[in-house]
Amino acid sequence: MTTRIDRRFAALKVEGRSALVTFVTAGDPDYDTSLKILEGLPKAGADVIEIGMPFTDPMADGPAIQAAGLRALHAGQNMKKTLKLVKDFRKNDKDTPIVLMGYYNPIYVYGVDKFLVDSKKAGADGYIIVDLPPEEDGEFCIPALKADMNFIRLATPTTDDHRAPTVFRNTSGFVYYVSVLGITGTKAPDLKSVKANVNRLRKHTSLPICVGFGVKTAEQARAIAKDADGVVVGSALVSAVEKSLTKAGKATSKTPKAVHALVSEIARGVRS
Amino acid sequence: MNVTTPNSFRTGPDENGLFGIYGGRFVAETLMPLILELEQAYKDAKADPGFQAELDSFLEHYVGRPSPLYFAERLTEHLGGAKIYLKRDELNHTGAHKINNVMGQILLARRMGKKRIIAETGAGQHGVATATACARFGLECIVYMGEVDIERQKPNVFRMKLLGAEVVPAKSGSRTLKDALNEALRDWVANVEDTFYCIGTVAGPAPYPEMVRDFQSVIGRETREQMMKREGRLPDSLVAAIGGGSNAMGLFHPFLDDKDVEIIGVEAAGLGLRTRKHAASITGGKPGVLHGNRTYLLMDDDGQITEGHSISAGLDYPGIGPEHSWLHDMKRVEYVSATDKEALEAFQLCCKLEGIIPALEPSHALAHVMKIAPKKPKDHLMVMNMCGRGDKDIFTVADILGVKL
Repeated sequence: MTTRIDRRFAALKVEGRSALVTFVTAGDPDYDTSLKILEGLPKAGADVIEIGMPFTDPMADGPAIQAAGLRALHAGQNMKKTLKLVKDFRKNDKDTPIVLMGYYNPIYVYGVDKFLVDSKKAGADGYIIVDLPPEEDGEFCIPALKADMNFIRLATPTTDDHRAPTVFRNTSGFVYYVSVLGITGTKAPDLKSVKANVNRLRKHTSLPICVGFGVKTAEQARAIAKDADGVVVGSALVSAVEKSLTKAGKATSKTPKAVHALVSEIARGVRS
Repeated sequence: MNVTTPNSFRTGPDENGLFGIYGGRFVAETLMPLILELEQAYKDAKADPGFQAELDSFLEHYVGRPSPLYFAERLTEHLGGAKIYLKRDELNHTGAHKINNVMGQILLARRMGKKRIIAETGAGQHGVATATACARFGLECIVYMGEVDIERQKPNVFRMKLLGAEVVPAKSGSRTLKDALNEALRDWVANVEDTFYCIGTVAGPAPYPEMVRDFQSVIGRETREQMMKREGRLPDSLVAAIGGGSNAMGLFHPFLDDKDVEIIGVEAAGLGLRTRKHAASITGGKPGVLHGNRTYLLMDDDGQITEGHSISAGLDYPGIGPEHSWLHDMKRVEYVSATDKEALEAFQLCCKLEGIIPALEPSHALAHVMKIAPKKPKDHLMVMNMCGRGDKDIFTVADILGVKL
């Protein structure tokens, strides 16, 4: 069966351009503002939306996304509310794919089967779970694929030709190529190595390859979009949220606009 | 729960790094190839008699092993029951059991050609041990330590710096051991090419729980031999404190299949299990996934990790090694807890009766010994792991006792 993610990438292929994949943290800085941010993303140029499920101990994330998760948790965000956020978004947008991204523990505690049912019903399309490598596929990946949901794998510079077949075995939707060795939002990707690695990984998978970690500007996005099927922007958007807040960490009228303006700018880069 | 007793409790983990449902390799893809490389390197080292011989030599001449098994006569008299022996791992070089594991891992890192060592530390004992071994072999050493712990363990911070290590404060989250672990993992992801992550306890992704256990098992192997020599038989009970659980696993593992040996792990109950201010993952937590393994964790209903609390920085961790979780479910080891207050009383009693200043970590084990020893017959042989000395804790204790230094 085809999912919203498959359909979106197929449509973009016809259009002849790469996707802009945007990441924001659910409930950051509060539920209502977070919903407003999400609702404006497609119009600003987002083709796929990743929604971060906050976790206290995000071991692969840099300071920006760590802080966003803690802001959301302090504002009372939890898994139930994250699924409600997806549901509220879906009321007015039936087409933009939503990928839930995060760490396994909150899902494990929620219950894998219940989470699959509830998130599918809410309108999510796939998952990126950072701490579930192929070696742990039995936990969540296989059940998710059986539930006709996409399980999107991270491929990294350490995914060599020997490792690649293992990484791509049980995966669908698209591949998220982590362009740097490190955590989110810290180093800038080295464009030469991105190109070489994307081309190398294409020999192992026919899925669209999106590139992220450290993409902050329209210029970087434009360069990456030449070789990749999509560009992922996360920390930069989350930092835009942070910069728009009051000293006490509350949202202002500028918060959604700040994110949408940055998305529009980067979208121009991806589309040029 | 139905418990089927396995033929042996000593064969884990399986090829997926699992002890029952616990353990595993829950890490980011960037780390996965490294974890597999480490697993292979450890397997090769284990099969190489040269590696074991080199480790044994360093344990004897540098660490000072074997550590004595000491009959605590005055403590025994005072409690009036079981015959109490202390396994004196506080006499090791650097003052705790941590060096046993560090020597093993650093020798392995050298075999693998890694030049940059990273570690996390809570109380600072593992950090000091790692800094020590790195100084000995001329390796670069970076130790991640929670900002809160840096404040309460100043002497160890200075020690690490003297030994040439860089101490990096973990400023995120609760700014204690769990956050130091997060930071170390983040460092590792960013420096996979040249870096070896020296984990200090029997937790983390496979193969760490198994590897650290193997390196610490020297404690239990010596105890067996020493007790046979002293008393002509095995002990009746073993008691050890548990944060992540490496000193306990080291003592317990060689005895797991001796079904007549009663084995007890003591977690930190902080201000009490009914308050939220404790660090007792098994007695006060439930299974979850953190830091690369499935194990008992302290968390809320949403799966968010909660902050542990203990007077002892070394026990202040919201998780526990996965093998302990399995041994708990299998009912092979009994897990109990002792409060800050009880540990502090045990700390003072040990100073006065035995002339040994214990670390606050084993003071928790001693607090439990004080509870159960009086009820045991006089021929009951009880071994408690004195896994660290208390020099590092005198400031904390003075503060609580209202003494200004």
